[in-house]
Amino acid sequence: MLKPDRIVSTTCPYCGVGCNLQLHIQGDTIYKVTTPFDAPVNKGNLCVKGRFGYDFVYHPRRVTTPLIRKSPQQPGSRTQAFDRAEWREVSWDEALEYTADRLVEIYQRDGARAMAAYCCAKATNEDNYLLQKMYRALFRTNHIDHCTRLCHAASVVALQMAVGSSAMSNTADEVVDNDVFILTGSNTTENHPIIALQMKAAIQKHGAKLIVADPRRIEMVDYAVLWLAQKPGTDVPLFSAMAHVILKENRYNQEFIDARTENFAEFAASMEKFTPEYAESITGVSRDKIIEAARLYAGAHNAAIYWSLGIPEHSHGTANALSLINLALLTGHIGRRGNGLNPLRGQNNVQGASDSGAMPWHYPGYQSVANEDAAQKFERAWNIEPGGLNRKLGLTTTEILGNVQPNGVRALYIMGENPMMSEPNLNHTRHQMEQLEFVVAQDLFINESGAFADVFLPAASWAEKEGTFTNTDRRVQRVRQAISPRGQARADWQIVCDLAQRIEKRLGRPTARWDYTHPAQVLEEMGSLVPEYAGVRYHRIENLGLQVPVLDDEHPGTPFLFAESFPRGRGKFHPLEYVPSAEMPDDDYPFILTTGRVLEHWHGGTLTRNSGLNDLWPEALIEINPEDAARLGVAPNGPVRVTSRRGTIVLRARVTSKAVRGVVFIPFFYGPAAANLLTNDVVDPQAKIPEYKVSAVRITPVEESELPDPQAFQSRGRY
Amino acid sequence: MSESISLTINGQPVTVPAGTTLLKAAEQAGISIPTICYHDYCTANGLCRLCVVEVEGSRTLVASCVAKAAPNMQVQTHSERVLRARRTVLEMLEASVDLSEAPEIQAFSQELNADPQRFPDAEKRQPPVVDDNPMYVRDYAKCVLCWRCVQVCAEDAQYTFAINFTGRGFETQIGTFFEKPLPDTSCVFCGQCVGVCPTNALKPKRQWLMEQGYSTDEIMDMTRTERRRRKRAPLSAE
Repeated sequence: MLKPDRIVSTTCPYCGVGCNLQLHIQGDTIYKVTTPFDAPVNKGNLCVKGRFGYDFVYHPRRVTTPLIRKSPQQPGSRTQAFDRAEWREVSWDEALEYTADRLVEIYQRDGARAMAAYCCAKATNEDNYLLQKMYRALFRTNHIDHCTRLCHAASVVALQMAVGSSAMSNTADEVVDNDVFILTGSNTTENHPIIALQMKAAIQKHGAKLIVADPRRIEMVDYAVLWLAQKPGTDVPLFSAMAHVILKENRYNQEFIDARTENFAEFAASMEKFTPEYAESITGVSRDKIIEAARLYAGAHNAAIYWSLGIPEHSHGTANALSLINLALLTGHIGRRGNGLNPLRGQNNVQGASDSGAMPWHYPGYQSVANEDAAQKFERAWNIEPGGLNRKLGLTTTEILGNVQPNGVRALYIMGENPMMSEPNLNHTRHQMEQLEFVVAQDLFINESGAFADVFLPAASWAEKEGTFTNTDRRVQRVRQAISPRGQARADWQIVCDLAQRIEKRLGRPTARWDYTHPAQVLEEMGSLVPEYAGVRYHRIENLGLQVPVLDDEHPGTPFLFAESFPRGRGKFHPLEYVPSAEMPDDDYPFILTTGRVLEHWHGGTLTRNSGLNDLWPEALIEINPEDAARLGVAPNGPVRVTSRRGTIVLRARVTSKAVRGVVFIPFFYGPAAANLLTNDVVDPQAKIPEYKVSAVRITPVEESELPDPQAFQSRGRY
Repeated sequence: MSESISLTINGQPVTVPAGTTLLKAAEQAGISIPTICYHDYCTANGLCRLCVVEVEGSRTLVASCVAKAAPNMQVQTHSERVLRARRTVLEMLEASVDLSEAPEIQAFSQELNADPQRFPDAEKRQPPVVDDNPMYVRDYAKCVLCWRCVQVCAEDAQYTFAINFTGRGFETQIGTFFEKPLPDTSCVFCGQCVGVCPTNALKPKRQWLMEQGYSTDEIMDMTRTERRRRKRAPLSAE
């Protein structure tokens, strides 16, 4: 029997739940993962990714030596190099000197507008803080963003508009205190598996009632008292009709509205048109169900709303999120234990990367780059001459690639992201990537985006470095080095500091400080600039994470938000209009395609496709309703071609009543049939988030031989 | 429940809240009772009978993990009768199950002077290792039927219901419906079952392969089909 040399406590690198892990290690090999049964977040439970998905660390495809492309790449003809033969192994010194030379050359020629960086919601707070600092302090650009733009950007914008803060307002396990909760746009059992367990227990053991509003018959529907299967993109009429019913039946909380909110009258007037009948005609949900849901939610003592990407990933995502916020303000179901608004954050550290300033409009702590006081504060902190920092809002994730052109973005630094899988309309993304003059990839694997790079910087995995992640309920938790980095891999924060010093020298700037010896010093610097993190110190979170805001060294953290007031003062109601999705089905493209994830894979799949997890779910499957499949002549597991106005892919069909008629689902992790070749790159005007959840496609059965990998099939019985 | 109950454990007066089990009441009094199937975070079922105690007035020994404290109860946790019962439970387990990777149970055996050879003619249960998925193996020769895995798969955690008891009597085993391979069941491979297994009957595949001498790199080089092929080798060798 294998006995561990040591057991290291750390935080799971996959989703935003932030489960506590114990890595059992012999030599430098992690062979088993357990979790303490008294872990505050996950209470002894894990999902397949957390318990078994760590083996990417050892995958033979992992890059552990710095690489430079053998053939020089030109804008317009840049190619992808997956084959290691196309790369030259180099020393760290050569790789970083080369990177610094090229970045500085482009910056000195074209200025700040040419420079852009993708930070990473998988990396630590410290890694992200430093990369945004490098780009802001040295290249004077705010073109810094990360994949939050592609996931909860609209939730963030809506929450900032309405209450002034953009995180989950409750702690996840407060769900047991709910009498009623609404779950919408979240396939929780697959994407936040541990929160789903808490939801199931809340229902089965504590008597909570669940209302699911989702166009797919997700597993949580089995536990729901009501399933509102709205057509994709019709969230505003659905939730506004609930508000209409609450208003008409006088079920709103007048006391709360008077004391804590504003703009009620204007909002109430705009809800007038959203009768249940009108909503039924648009959403396909029967008026009776809408009325029942409204009464249940408004009548509950403790009620909360949980949502995920089905709400924000629309061309009207901000309005979708506002329609949920309006409901909470109307009923006063916010600001108490078990009452709140809870966007379930996707990535392990998407909350933290956003808090750390990996955003084009904000310094760390959501301090606007356009705010003079904020800019001066960061100039002082980073040793920059007055007026040195750029006051102009930067470009967002999708805009950065959209602006690759001679007078726009020329150089892109990609830390751990994979836009070539995660951006909408990938054929366009590819074209834009090809136009770049210089690309740096800092990652574990040469993924679809890293393959475009000129230089590849091998990063240490989460098990090989120190740092912190901030989970979905704002808990800052420790990430610990369990094993030594494989090969020559280095921690992201070390790579950035080393590179920044080389760039600083070339630019002849006074140092903004890069001589950290431990990430704890980075978090301390961030805490001195971000009031919410002021009291988060490594020695305080050795055993147990702290939930931000943590305002000083004595502050105990904040399990739920808005008890006394909202950060913006009063909660603001927003009047809403129904705006249809940009692309609706028609005779040529009769199906609505919605995209998302599966339990076994993580986002673009850089980690999970290089793990044993891939054996469990080796290919993407399109979920299609049995009636639709029968009409088209699609057999179970049969190959189909799916075509949109932007691209086409071939994959197997999963014929299942999980899909409703007319709506199909494809997960986006699978490179050989990338769902995002099909999706629409239209964005929400306020949040700039693309419309992943609604695009029109047509489906035709094809031959087995047209599949990208006919052998990949794995039969599975899970829901 | 605010009502409190006073009882006597090994002659020592103890007061506990109503609803407290004898196991927890003893723990409060500083008395440790050995358990196998019991787990703090699972529903107790009194299956293994190692936690039995003697209650005055009760004809049989009672399982302390499920029996609730009652007013004026007189409990003996380490009487000769109790110790003999525990010893026998362990001796029967030793006779039929591979406990080589269950150090806790071995420690109990030592402590109670259980004789592993007391039932020399007993038949060991030796079902083959089930290696039907890329995440973990199931070696039911090591299974003591504590039921924890079934419970966490069901309402104690996961609500997935992929496994349950199959067979009867000596043939009783944990299994899937219709003996389907795990990937074809409702299993989501959360591994909660692996997390609560007390005997290493359930084990991560990576650990299992390493114990057979494969190196980290060799394991990572195995493709899905290669791993499948390898699973047959150790079985046919037996």
